[in-house]
Amino acid sequence: MAKTGRTLTGGQIVCESLLREGVEVVFGLPGGAILPLYGILPQYRKLQHILVRHEQGAAHAADGYARASGNVGVCFATSGPGATNLITGLATASMDSSPVVAITGQVARSAIGRDAFQETDITGATLPVTKHNFLVMHASDIARTIKEAFYIARTGRPGPVLVDIPRDVFQEPAEFVWPETVDLPGYVPPGKGDEAAVEKAAQLINSAKRPVILAGHGVTISHAFEELKTFAEKAQIPVITTLLGIGSFPGRHVLSLGMPGMHGVAWASLALDQADLIVAVGSRFDDRITGDTKKFATRSRKIHIDVDPAEINKNIHVDAPVVGNARDVLEQLIPLVNRASRPEWLAHLDALKADHPSLRIRETEKLLGQHVVKALNDITEGKALVVTGVGQHQMWAAQHYLPSESNVWFTSGGLGTMGFEVPAAMGVQVAQLDKIVWSVAGDGGFQMTMSELATIAENNLPVKFAILNNNSLGMITQWQDLFYNKGFYANAYTRNPDFVKLAEAYGIKGIRVTKQEEVNAAIRAAQKHPGPVIVDFRIEASEHVYPMIPGGMSIDELIEEKL
Amino acid sequence: MTYKPVQGSRTVIALVQDKPGVLARVAGLFRRRGFNIASLAVGHSEKRGLSRMAFIVEGDAETVGQVAKQLDKLIDVVQADDITDQDVVYREMALVRVNAQPSTRTEILQLVGIFRADIVDVGAEAMIIEATGDADKIDSMITLLKPFGVREVMRTGRVAMPRSALAKGGRDGFNVKR
Repeated sequence: MAKTGRTLTGGQIVCESLLREGVEVVFGLPGGAILPLYGILPQYRKLQHILVRHEQGAAHAADGYARASGNVGVCFATSGPGATNLITGLATASMDSSPVVAITGQVARSAIGRDAFQETDITGATLPVTKHNFLVMHASDIARTIKEAFYIARTGRPGPVLVDIPRDVFQEPAEFVWPETVDLPGYVPPGKGDEAAVEKAAQLINSAKRPVILAGHGVTISHAFEELKTFAEKAQIPVITTLLGIGSFPGRHVLSLGMPGMHGVAWASLALDQADLIVAVGSRFDDRITGDTKKFATRSRKIHIDVDPAEINKNIHVDAPVVGNARDVLEQLIPLVNRASRPEWLAHLDALKADHPSLRIRETEKLLGQHVVKALNDITEGKALVVTGVGQHQMWAAQHYLPSESNVWFTSGGLGTMGFEVPAAMGVQVAQLDKIVWSVAGDGGFQMTMSELATIAENNLPVKFAILNNNSLGMITQWQDLFYNKGFYANAYTRNPDFVKLAEAYGIKGIRVTKQEEVNAAIRAAQKHPGPVIVDFRIEASEHVYPMIPGGMSIDELIEEKL
Repeated sequence: MTYKPVQGSRTVIALVQDKPGVLARVAGLFRRRGFNIASLAVGHSEKRGLSRMAFIVEGDAETVGQVAKQLDKLIDVVQADDITDQDVVYREMALVRVNAQPSTRTEILQLVGIFRADIVDVGAEAMIIEATGDADKIDSMITLLKPFGVREVMRTGRVAMPRSALAKGGRDGFNVKR
């Protein structure tokens, strides 16, 4: 224990602890219960506070910041509604294993349990959407709790941790003692893989004829980019990237197959089905990938590398599980796998690509969402950081944006949170100030969180928004068309705001694009502009995302566009 | 007297930290992942600051294996194991308030003796019987007491402990290969 001998208030201990955890930026919004903490923030100039317009924005921004920086993202909110507004953001971070620490104010200790003004049992409410949470009842417990919160958030399978602190605990004096180590007997994050398990996996790989790698978010989280590339190249195994695995492997690499599953490219889903071995690295066999688990990849043996032992055999039964950090396990595997060449299997996959041109865009005069993402991909050469919301625009972006650099893709995968695209892009930009950040947004999701445009403008964060605006909830339209007998309802907006005027209202540059031939110039103009930009792409509303494997079905029910 | 669990249910033992909200965390996990708890018993363990929980969970080995792994993921859970396939001693306790008139007391006392149960309270018209054993024994006793008029039953959850090794240096719970 590093005794400092200094007596500080609880609020000061929070700030001192955050600084010791290396925190530079906090996204937050004050309120009564957390005001004592805000009162002492001016004493801590090294902690930059970004004042959001809604607490959901603070949580998504902290999540985006965490994903783009590799550090823990931090957000502040007050008790009651401030804290409950965080929940969607925490659930998003939880489903996508993103390290976020939320610090919430709580009503004073004497008021807890009395339904006091702005009281919510936030540790109770966030139990299912956090990796862990704490209610701190004494200022002397704050330092240790924050140390544990950060340790839990960033290690093992990362996730959000909430620390709830009553108003009077912020004001209570205590000696500041920063613990050197954490003492959590119930929490031992795995490190390297078990040697025998790794060897068994290597044997399966060395004897496979038609192997594929299924690379998920775990590769990105553990920064195993180089290891994955070396492994894939050495053993000549094509790489399929899950929705959150995009950016874990170069999208333009000869071994890259792209995304499989519900809206994945046909050849990736077919490759999973036809493979004799699937090497899943940091992927949890989500239902958007497997569809009907009974019919999923029945011809293959499966290796599952995952840091979370509870993911092993949860959705899909696997033959060779390896519990461990993806980067460590890949490092262990690389020397054990044989250098291979698989001309037949790779040629077969090339033939699948030729027979199923999933990325070809149909001939039309109209402006389609695919045109926009394709142009973004070409102009940025896959180097821009791309953030998306959820829906058709997300799927088009996932299909057509081929990252050429690591960790440039940020999307709400597990929870599917519409509205992620605005505040998360803000957090990504704060973490990577010198990079170009494109938020590919839907007009639906954008309007859920566009209050953060004010925050973006206020902090002059140069986020570029590409709103794929079809005046509707496009994926809802698609599902109602395909699965609800064209019973269209609550899928279209009759009055969207004029997004160019909206941009102007925030003092942001706005550009409208209605034709294919205007797309490239608009993207270039947006990138040239030093500040934030909203490009309102007026896209065709009746367009569907293809290919599609309807929910709960298998590769046999693959629907492809007739070109 | 080894209790063989009813088919379709398994026993999980968890060592947990004595912290506020730990029961809520555990119960919440069962609820949100759709697992059913048939029985739950909690109490202090031999280690300071740690409690031991015994769950009887409905489901097959694979489902309950998931339960144990998900439990283990909770930060406050130090260890969680499915011990069903081990050699285990199971016990539960019941308090039963049964009508007892002077005319029926003797008969009830005989019954209590057969089940090696105890009378822990006697009133004018009723008595409380304390019984310990496996669930089947307690079920049988309650069934036989019914004709006298069972007023109230309070049962603990089932507690379980792997049997001690018979050989020196052996592993507890692994005397008999099933």
